[in-house]
Amino acid sequence: MLDCTPKEIVERSGGVINPAKACQPLGAMYAALGIHSCLPHSHGSQGCCSYHRSHLTRHFREPVMATTSSFTEGASVFGGGSNLRTAIKNVFAIYNPDVMAVHTTCLSETIGDDIPTIIKSAEIPAGKVVIYAHTPSYQGSHVTGFCNMVKAMIAQLSRADTNEKEEQVNIIPGFVDPGDMREIKRLTGKMGIKFIIFPDTAGVMDSPMTGRFHMYPAGGALVDDIREAGNSAMTVALGYYASGSPAHLLERNCRVPAITLKTPIGIKATDDFLMRLRGKFAREIPYELEEERGQLVDVMTDTHYHFYGKKVALFGDPDILIGLTEFLLSLGMRPVHVLTGTPSGTPGGPKGVFEREINEMLAVAGVESRVKAAGDLFELHQWIKNEPVDLLMGNTYGKYIARAEDIPFVRVGFPILDRSAHSYLPIVGYRGALRLVEMISNALLDRQDRDAADEDLELIM
Amino acid sequence: MSLATPDGHLKKGCLVEEREASILIKGGQRKNQLRCDTDSIAGCVSQRACVYCGARVVLNPVTDAVHLVHGPIGCSSYTWDVRGSLSSESELYRNSFSTDLKENDIIFGGERKLARAIDELAERYNPPVVFVYATCVVGVIGDDLEAVCKKAASRHEIPVIPVQSSGFIGNKSAGYRAACDTLLRLIEPRSADCSSGKKHETKSVNYLGDFNLAGEAWIITEYLRQIGVEVNTVFTGDSKCGNIKKAAGASLNIVQCAGSMGYLARRMDEIYGIPFLRVSFLGVEDTSASLRSIAAFFKDLRMKRLAEELIQRESAAVKPQIDSYREKLRHKKAAIYVGGGFKAISLIKQFRELGIEVVMVGTQTGQEEDYRTLHDITDNGTVILDDANPSELERFMTEKGAHLLVGGVKERPLAYKLGVAFIDHNHDRKHPLSGYAGAVNFAREVQDTVCSPVWKYARGTGGGIYAGI
Repeated sequence: MLDCTPKEIVERSGGVINPAKACQPLGAMYAALGIHSCLPHSHGSQGCCSYHRSHLTRHFREPVMATTSSFTEGASVFGGGSNLRTAIKNVFAIYNPDVMAVHTTCLSETIGDDIPTIIKSAEIPAGKVVIYAHTPSYQGSHVTGFCNMVKAMIAQLSRADTNEKEEQVNIIPGFVDPGDMREIKRLTGKMGIKFIIFPDTAGVMDSPMTGRFHMYPAGGALVDDIREAGNSAMTVALGYYASGSPAHLLERNCRVPAITLKTPIGIKATDDFLMRLRGKFAREIPYELEEERGQLVDVMTDTHYHFYGKKVALFGDPDILIGLTEFLLSLGMRPVHVLTGTPSGTPGGPKGVFEREINEMLAVAGVESRVKAAGDLFELHQWIKNEPVDLLMGNTYGKYIARAEDIPFVRVGFPILDRSAHSYLPIVGYRGALRLVEMISNALLDRQDRDAADEDLELIM
Repeated sequence: MSLATPDGHLKKGCLVEEREASILIKGGQRKNQLRCDTDSIAGCVSQRACVYCGARVVLNPVTDAVHLVHGPIGCSSYTWDVRGSLSSESELYRNSFSTDLKENDIIFGGERKLARAIDELAERYNPPVVFVYATCVVGVIGDDLEAVCKKAASRHEIPVIPVQSSGFIGNKSAGYRAACDTLLRLIEPRSADCSSGKKHETKSVNYLGDFNLAGEAWIITEYLRQIGVEVNTVFTGDSKCGNIKKAAGASLNIVQCAGSMGYLARRMDEIYGIPFLRVSFLGVEDTSASLRSIAAFFKDLRMKRLAEELIQRESAAVKPQIDSYREKLRHKKAAIYVGGGFKAISLIKQFRELGIEVVMVGTQTGQEEDYRTLHDITDNGTVILDDANPSELERFMTEKGAHLLVGGVKERPLAYKLGVAFIDHNHDRKHPLSGYAGAVNFAREVQDTVCSPVWKYARGTGGGIYAGI
């Protein structure tokens, strides 16, 4: 019934059917929530703010606080300056955050509001901070918006006080769940390394139940820490699309050397992350992490025959897909369709990183596949009709395809609107990889059980 | 702590001064004038949405239409199949179609891309109608939607109708009106055989303001069929283009959600002389009253008898169940924060049927008339508020000791954080809440959430979550 997708692929040029992306302001809002005591502000019509809050709320199942400039017809003719000035006054008077993080929308970008000048002319109470990011919805995707807000944090907050660098590392975790950010912090902490991580939505978007509503939950990166990031000895950016260009901005502004790594999904990317930290800060990998790695390898060997040769279609955000592709290949699976809705160009950086990274890994593994940026789920569905797969991995929107084609489906990425607890649990690190192994094998084996004839139903698998 | 000063005004302090006119306490000195239907204040955490949102929620349940959003991707992404409105046939409306405007389209205009998108979709899906939604940026760059749609309509020989829903031209209510205007363009003039002389002979109605969430319109349509009334089309729930076109042939419009559909009812009265009747099928009391008033309208004795039989039968069937829930729920306190006025009013009555006291009630887009009614039917001390923000909801729920909040997606986690039970009475509802069956579902949902043991672990009175362990 839900299958409105024909098998035959025809060239299209009139836009998108069933998007695999959202718009920049959503990502900017999520990034801003990773600063402690920060209120994101959407400079546009109130629908934008409402939609972003609803979407984030549905994924995280947490209250998402954000304000809006509530554009009216007047604002869109005469400019949104007075709306933003009023908003700044009201935000600090009523909600009293430490930081207000303004992001633009397609409307305010198109009418050309001069955000920095408006902010300069606004009344900002002493000790409070207003940062801003340009996030036009007609460029990039929610990942780009996340990236732009992180760049705003660096450009407007980070400072290099001296030429001497502190023995500490900055980590930019990228557009991942709070559970992932927690895991990245845990791994780095186990290494005994002093670190600054931002944005950090752990403790904000996975906050505990206390019986009270906290407008500003306990978590989030402190403004002082983001400022101090300019004094660190190195920045590790996790993810080319969400984190790469902010790290390089910090390198240019504050001479903090930057390296960009894959989002540490799977064994190899996690190894790379930890080895980089060890290489720079000359510490041993602690036994606990070796043990975790060993356990992961143990489970991978125990179960490898479930995975070998299985064809997978995956879609979602580029940084997640790059890590995920690598991990699936290491399990012996064949990612034959890999699609993101986010355009190919990294923000302010080179084009084609997504396709190149994935194609290189596929070439080494000898897997032929379709890889595309700026695609949509209609197209992915057509690919699957033409070359069927054993497993689909992606966000909740994949359930339509999974149902139409009757294929097992593992939910991973953003947004997940129909399951819970995912945002508390990691997919990064060795533990995250173990969780992925469990999710994938459960999906495959549940299907095998479901489809088995009585005489074929196996107790031991 | 009391919310009101001795002279019945709200205490100052926690509220934005500009917001005070939008909040009142029943029984306070200030009478029932509440400021509503205004624009939100810049810099508030408003729970409200925009014109596009209003238009989209009303039109989306036209199931066989192509709903094409002309703008950058966001507006289309966030409204992809979030309506929870069921279809008996086409699932086309559950896809997300967007022109996905890029920077170049903003600079050079998006008209050509829009025309291509309409062509591609019309050829692929062969829909009976295409709705083209204008978004904020389209309203600013000045694409001529009328012209593009008109040309496309003649190319494909189907109606291609622009929806004037740029987000900034008003609030969600303006979007309802934009959607109603769009529907009016689709409705064809009445044919000769059902001209006004004969109209009361056909017992055919349009049912306005039910979006068939969880199949609710089907329940009501079945009741009406049982008393001899045929539903021509629902505006809009499980609606097909063909039925909407024939809407002028009905002899009566019954209107449930007047906030979204009152305008269409008035316009159809002006244009086609179709009278309308306000109804509500939420709760036993309102459902029975609505069936009676429909039967009364048709002045048909047989219909009246059938209606009474149905009311008797269905009320008797659900009474024992509702009574058993009432036993468990009596004296609990509820807070209501929903989209429109009609729902708030019906919910108050429904809670009364369950012995639950409503301590706070608010809406996003209620009109003055709705608030007058709310003021009339609430108990003294009830907080009434328009366009509330989360801090206000938190404050009043906490101070009034609410056990339960009825709201939409953004209110759910707020309630949970406060240890307050929750019911979604919006797009995310999972069971039909209309009619007699719906009244039982509603009572069960209230019980399931209010009586869940999880709150024992969640509620922090004084000492936080470890208190009392």
